Amino acid sequence: MYGFLIGVGVLLLLSIIWMVYRIQTLVSVVKGSDKKIATGSNKINAILFVVFLLGTGFLMFWYSIKEFDNYQLPVASEHGVITDQLFWITMAVTGIVFLITHVLLFIFPYKYQYKEDRKASFYPDNNKLEIIWTVVPGVVLAGLVISGWMAWSDITAPAPEKAHVVEIMGYQFAWDVRYPGKDNVLGDYDYRLITASNSHGVDFTDKNSLDDFPSPKVVIPKGEPVLFKIRARDVLHSVFAPHMRLKMDAVPGMPTRFWFVPTKTTEEMRAELNDPEFEYEIACTEICGRGHFSMKKVIEVVEPEAYQKWLAEQKSFIQQNPALAEGLTPEMKELAEIQLSESKK
Amino acid sequence: MATASVAHHDGAVHDHHDHEHHDNFITKYIFSTDHKMIGKQFLVTGIFWAIIGGFLSILFRLQLGFPEMNLEFLRPLLGGWIDEGGKLDPTFYLALVTMHGTIMVFFVLTAGLSGTFSNFLIPLQIGARDMASGFMNMLSYWFFFLSSVIMFISLFIKTGPAGGGWVVYPPLSALEQAIPGSGLGMTLWLVAMTFFIASSLLGGINYITTVINLRTKGMSFSRLPLTIWAFFLTAVIGLLSFPVLFAAALLLVFDRSFGTSFYLSDIYVAGEALPNTGGSPVLYQHLFWFLGHPEVYIVLLPALGITSEVIATNSRKPIFGYKAMVVSMLGITILSFIVWAHHMFVSGMNPFLGSIFMFLTLIIAVPSAVKVFNYLTTLWRGNLIFTPAMLFSIGLVSFFISGGLTGIFLGNSAIDIQLHDTYFVVAHFHLVMGSASFFGLLAGVYHWFPKMFGRMLDARLGYIHFWLTFVGVYMVFFPMHYIGIAGFPRRYYSWTNFEFSNMYTDLNMFVSVAAIITFAAQFIFLFNFFYSMYRGRKATQNPWRSTTLEWTTPIEPGHGNWPGEIPTVYRWPYDYSKPGAAEDFIPQTVPLSQTPESNLPHEQELVKLELEIMKDEAEVLVANESKH
Repeated sequence: MYGFLIGVGVLLLLSIIWMVYRIQTLVSVVKGSDKKIATGSNKINAILFVVFLLGTGFLMFWYSIKEFDNYQLPVASEHGVITDQLFWITMAVTGIVFLITHVLLFIFPYKYQYKEDRKASFYPDNNKLEIIWTVVPGVVLAGLVISGWMAWSDITAPAPEKAHVVEIMGYQFAWDVRYPGKDNVLGDYDYRLITASNSHGVDFTDKNSLDDFPSPKVVIPKGEPVLFKIRARDVLHSVFAPHMRLKMDAVPGMPTRFWFVPTKTTEEMRAELNDPEFEYEIACTEICGRGHFSMKKVIEVVEPEAYQKWLAEQKSFIQQNPALAEGLTPEMKELAEIQLSESKK
Repeated sequence: MATASVAHHDGAVHDHHDHEHHDNFITKYIFSTDHKMIGKQFLVTGIFWAIIGGFLSILFRLQLGFPEMNLEFLRPLLGGWIDEGGKLDPTFYLALVTMHGTIMVFFVLTAGLSGTFSNFLIPLQIGARDMASGFMNMLSYWFFFLSSVIMFISLFIKTGPAGGGWVVYPPLSALEQAIPGSGLGMTLWLVAMTFFIASSLLGGINYITTVINLRTKGMSFSRLPLTIWAFFLTAVIGLLSFPVLFAAALLLVFDRSFGTSFYLSDIYVAGEALPNTGGSPVLYQHLFWFLGHPEVYIVLLPALGITSEVIATNSRKPIFGYKAMVVSMLGITILSFIVWAHHMFVSGMNPFLGSIFMFLTLIIAVPSAVKVFNYLTTLWRGNLIFTPAMLFSIGLVSFFISGGLTGIFLGNSAIDIQLHDTYFVVAHFHLVMGSASFFGLLAGVYHWFPKMFGRMLDARLGYIHFWLTFVGVYMVFFPMHYIGIAGFPRRYYSWTNFEFSNMYTDLNMFVSVAAIITFAAQFIFLFNFFYSMYRGRKATQNPWRSTTLEWTTPIEPGHGNWPGEIPTVYRWPYDYSKPGAAEDFIPQTVPLSQTPESNLPHEQELVKLELEIMKDEAEVLVANESKH
């Protein structure tokens, strides 16, 4: 149906254009306007630039204001507030330049359209002007760069030591989450250890791994630093948590990291947006194959007390699947046994 | 055949010419060594690719704008890529996105733009008979043709063309297990790109050599039209950066076929741990973007050069700040090599490197700003004639501003964290690099069509084409900024899996409709182009009353361009509306000594020098004559 309609539309368009074209050609031959330097169309084009300026200018302001709450995602991390601020400062600066240059660009064609009795002014250069519009953008950009650089340095600085560690591993086409457990240290891993029951390739001969546990979602406390340790198992992925203003590629063979401080719990955000269904999400932003568009993980931000409670309830890999402890040295097995017995209490 | 009439025309003007050509169809139209024909070959091939590239984008815009739509009607064309439910296959969607990018960036905007206009204009505007090496020039086109054939074939193979995005980052592009397009499709992509790089290098060496060595008498570098400066610097950029892409591709070939681990490490895919260790996917990104970023300027600089020429001519004013324009292009050329890692702020590379590249990136905005202000000042107090070429040039400046300003957001690494790989980036580069360069290409075609084919394009169709395309491009790409700020990621088959992006279906539909209309509008141009080639109004020798050398050739120049002596150049190319002059333009070939009424004080000094040189030459000429 659509195809048919599109076909008809195209045909119609073509035939109209053909007729207009023939008629115009004949008219211009009769009028002899071919030989003129500028015909009546010159004026029409000049006017159209002004119409374009006003029309699109109106559309832009109308839509930008109307849709503001839609495209401006609520922010839920400390550094996100700063980068948002930088974004809007840059928007103001570039917005002014955008408006001024475009007003000039579309008004000049109207104002200086061809007139037979006028001669253009011969104005080949002016070094003073060139210096002004080299230096002024230079200074403005320097301001923007320096503020951006300061924010960037803070964001990418090493994470505080007390930061809660969460490992996020991308694979085609989902994220796996691993917590370090009570010691807050993730156990070693090796991609060659990956099996159906050990999707992370955790190395259980490392005693740090004994209390590591998996989780179906990312649970983090509000107001405390969280460190995402990011890796990939097969191809490139990228962790993108839009509300946290967080993005970092997941690279096979090269672990990456990003730390931040969430500022609003999921509950608070639900109340703020008046949306009881709201969830913080992680999406993938590095093309990774067929399911690239469906790599979703939910982040749940909770109060610190609730977070501690949740941590205590989680069961380690070994507890969930004691078979993983098989083949360990007697010493390690003992440690694993302790883990298992603790869970029975 | 058409050969006959042209050959006849040539014969009439060959009196002073010492070389005779008896072209047959094959040497004239196929294995031609005439730079003008090679330029046209690039143009027609570029147009072919533009239609394919545009059409691919319409296919995936259908998916994005109308996700519920039944695409069964595309089955005759796409076959198995439409599933039983009449939906586009998600893997094929990625292949479409990938091929759209590859085709548009390399085959249309690099080959179609540089290939066409560097070839066509360099000898004509500097006053040379042909390129330094006509044979290499021919090879350049035929390598491109071979590359095109291979890339075109890859569209039709069973596993589909390459599907890892136009950047083809490994490991995705190295592992057939990860995506079917990384099988034969990716092999063909790599082979095609290898030939493409060879073509670019052959062309580039030729452009550089020709500009340096074959300028006519009096054509000093400071008298080169800005188009030539732009083509020259573009060729320099290409010559220095394309080999790096070749290296990147070669290592990828090794990883794919010979078991090396340049880019691969610690990979577990399709139930199997691969033996590769120690490689780095980030290495590929560095190598790729070492070409990839300069590539932006490879497609943009020629467009800016063309615009400078067209705006000056149709404003009847000298381009404002000729020296500043040259210096800013030089600045862009140099800086373009040291900003590549701004594509990689969140790739996992050292954040300190990110800081350095942020500083360098925002510096490159300064010469770009200077160029914009110079264009605006050129329009100021001009006497503007809106030929279609002029309209497209003004459109280019608008896109260059709109897309350039959003670059200031993306070049700022702190802001880029959120915007990276969202639709904001898509909007940014489609405006500043895609549409701006495309408009440069169209401006060039409208402006030099009379020189290419001896006939005029229809202006009114040109106006309609311009306004539909100009409005259309903004309607397609401007809304993408909103979608991008809202965080919609690129290369997504659908956004409904996520709550944050489960909106703007209306806006996406609007964008898709605008894209279809814009694409349809290009057929007006196609009609105009092919119809006018045969039936268009006959051109006069200098239809735009322009100052540059190409308009001193016969209306349809033969091989060798000028029937007699190559003209000598006495002045810069922008003497428009000079005070005192009778006409509002003085061609470059008019000696200063003939225009005492309009010479500026410092030019009066030059007149003496000029007269002395002319006297010396006359003596030499007389001496030579008497020898015979």
